[in-house]
Amino acid sequence: MNDLPKQKETTLSFEKIKKDILHPMQNHKGLELWIVFLITVISVCGWAYYIQLKEGLGVTGMRDYVSWGLYIANFVFFVAVSLVGMLISSILGLLRIDWITPISRIAEIIAVAFVAVAGLVIVLDMGRPDRVLNVMIHGRFQSPILWDVTVITTYLTVSALLLILPMIPDLAICKKELTKASPIMKKLYNILSLGYINTPEQHKHLHKMIRTLMVLIVPIGLAIHTVTSWLFAATLRNGWDTTIFGPYFVAGAFVAGSAALIIAMYFFRVNYRLQDYITDLQFDKMGKLLVAVCLVYLYFNLNEFLVPGYKMKTGDDVHLKELFYGNWAIMFWASQLLGNIIPIILLVNKKFRKPLPIMIISLFVLAGAWFKRYVIVIPTMLHPHLPIQNVPENFVHYYPSAIEISVTVLSFALVLLIITVLSKIFPVVPIVETAESKGIEVKIDA
Amino acid sequence: MKEETSNNSRRKFLKSFGISVGAAGVVSSFSLIGAAKAAAKKPAEMVNLLTQDGQLVQVDKNQLRPTVNEPLDELQKRGREGIPGKSFVMVIDLSKCRNARKCMSACQNHHQLRADQHHINVLQMQDAEHTAPYFMPKPCQHCDNPPCTKVCPVDATFKRQDGIVLIDNERCIGCRFCIAACPYSARIFQWTEPKDSEKYKDLTYNIEANVPQKKGTVSKCLFSADRLREDKLPSCVSACPNGVYYFGDRNEDAVTNGTTGETVRFSKLIEENAGYTLMEELGTKPRVYYLPPKNRAFEFNGDLLNEENLH
Repeated sequence: MNDLPKQKETTLSFEKIKKDILHPMQNHKGLELWIVFLITVISVCGWAYYIQLKEGLGVTGMRDYVSWGLYIANFVFFVAVSLVGMLISSILGLLRIDWITPISRIAEIIAVAFVAVAGLVIVLDMGRPDRVLNVMIHGRFQSPILWDVTVITTYLTVSALLLILPMIPDLAICKKELTKASPIMKKLYNILSLGYINTPEQHKHLHKMIRTLMVLIVPIGLAIHTVTSWLFAATLRNGWDTTIFGPYFVAGAFVAGSAALIIAMYFFRVNYRLQDYITDLQFDKMGKLLVAVCLVYLYFNLNEFLVPGYKMKTGDDVHLKELFYGNWAIMFWASQLLGNIIPIILLVNKKFRKPLPIMIISLFVLAGAWFKRYVIVIPTMLHPHLPIQNVPENFVHYYPSAIEISVTVLSFALVLLIITVLSKIFPVVPIVETAESKGIEVKIDA
Repeated sequence: MKEETSNNSRRKFLKSFGISVGAAGVVSSFSLIGAAKAAAKKPAEMVNLLTQDGQLVQVDKNQLRPTVNEPLDELQKRGREGIPGKSFVMVIDLSKCRNARKCMSACQNHHQLRADQHHINVLQMQDAEHTAPYFMPKPCQHCDNPPCTKVCPVDATFKRQDGIVLIDNERCIGCRFCIAACPYSARIFQWTEPKDSEKYKDLTYNIEANVPQKKGTVSKCLFSADRLREDKLPSCVSACPNGVYYFGDRNEDAVTNGTTGETVRFSKLIEENAGYTLMEELGTKPRVYYLPPKNRAFEFNGDLLNEENLH
């Protein structure tokens, strides 16, 4: 996987790289419009949350049996996607795989945005968000929720550091080059670049720090999704009471995260005109990576569904039949086929790993990953050990309400807003690293 | 000792309200409130009350509501500690249950629940295709290895020394992890404003009855811990017309039938009737024991839903 791209890069100079990457940050009219749109969506959906806050969670479709619904499924999805930061910039980075250089920052931006909003989604799901501090005041470390709060905040912190630290040389460049930036932004670049002028000493220290964090984030990344899976696996419910949930969730997270990264890569390549940096090679490699993680995930799915399906133990039987050919069959098979199996078959062909086709396939993978989380969370709640009786009709089914969907849209809009703002104020492709990887001399003035 | 507490509370009560209860009430005690406000309402049932200066007065029942005499701190403290030396158990005789559902309504009345909210739910069960159906009242099992209290992030739900699993809705953050964790579906959530929340909003919270209920928090069966403190049987046990429930103390090895008042040896009752616990294989160690639906106490022709068999 280490083969170097054979391209006509000789035409690239440090000046050109700087210009290409910094240009879209300052001249992008559509971007402001997009930000205004996202803020509008957030405001409108924020009103839906206000109603939920006022009236109680009764405005959602959740009731006593399906007491975790759309919000929790979405939370798991967000945590899953955020794991791409650890996969790309740490695991592959530590292995010194060089084609990730231009896309590692996008991966970190995705990680920061998704994990930050994942933490918020949990608060949106709470019956008493006004008591959120009780988790600190009365926290019990025996509860997986405490573990989740701990690892999510740690992952967010380390991911943010892994976004900012490798960017310090670039920020020093921003400080110099972005003359048209607002005074606030100039101040931000000045503070965050920490007086970096690329002396050998600074270079050494910075890389030491980055490598330490890259090692550190591997266990944290594994922990964040493993602990999230334990929220379910720690219960005695059919469908959740399984021992492979940890690795199963981690494998699924790599699938969702890789798909999200490919979509973001395509978007930045086209909109920021970064074809010279995010090249066909990156898409081709990401395609191979996606096939690899999909295969691992497929393997876990076989274990998770076929083994209990073979035995059809009491309790599991109702649950599995509902998934295989009952009310949940369409969603279950769509997430398996469109979100995993068909993408594997397509992506082993080179021509599907070109930017546009792989982006479209990734959209299916990402949507499949979202529905997969929904299928993991909700059907299990509908199949408790004891029969559901003497309750109103709406306790026996679950359909997310308009309010619930609006609040979920809010969380997506917030993620997109964070990604947009970060990519507006920071260079999405590392300037210095790109130049260094191509053997171009880097010069940062004091 | 019990006498002393009740005297104490009475003194406090007299001091704070200047009126004392002379009539038997539905709940333990009543206070007189908002006379002017209630005067506008149509006259309903009248209740005799003895005032502080010894006069007997008649008061509209609408003007009364339950009150708690102890301060919140005291209620919370003793609620978390439990009753020393006790180890409460319940025995449910399935051969006697004919779905009268008096337990359910008594419970809902006691804990201020709506008709669709169940701390105890009478389920119609059939274990396999060719086995006989039966009715199974299902309260919280008050497990000794409770999956629900383990997962609570804030210690809002907990198990106390007398074996009862309680929920503190002053602390609950509404994450609903305990609902997900309970294999018996014994917990409910206050999705909206609870029943009569306006009426009870000034009432001091009593953790042992989990009233008043609060929006956005979890609620559950508490074995009527507030009644146990007064040496009364749980509401469901007392309300049963068919002798289904036995309740008592495992330490004393004695359980009392809520209908007949008969007290029997717990160990003997379980032994002689092949008592069992629900979903024992999950390792939850329930404190609710079931006696199998053998030799039913009512005419049973295999058809549970035949109305003639029931009530």
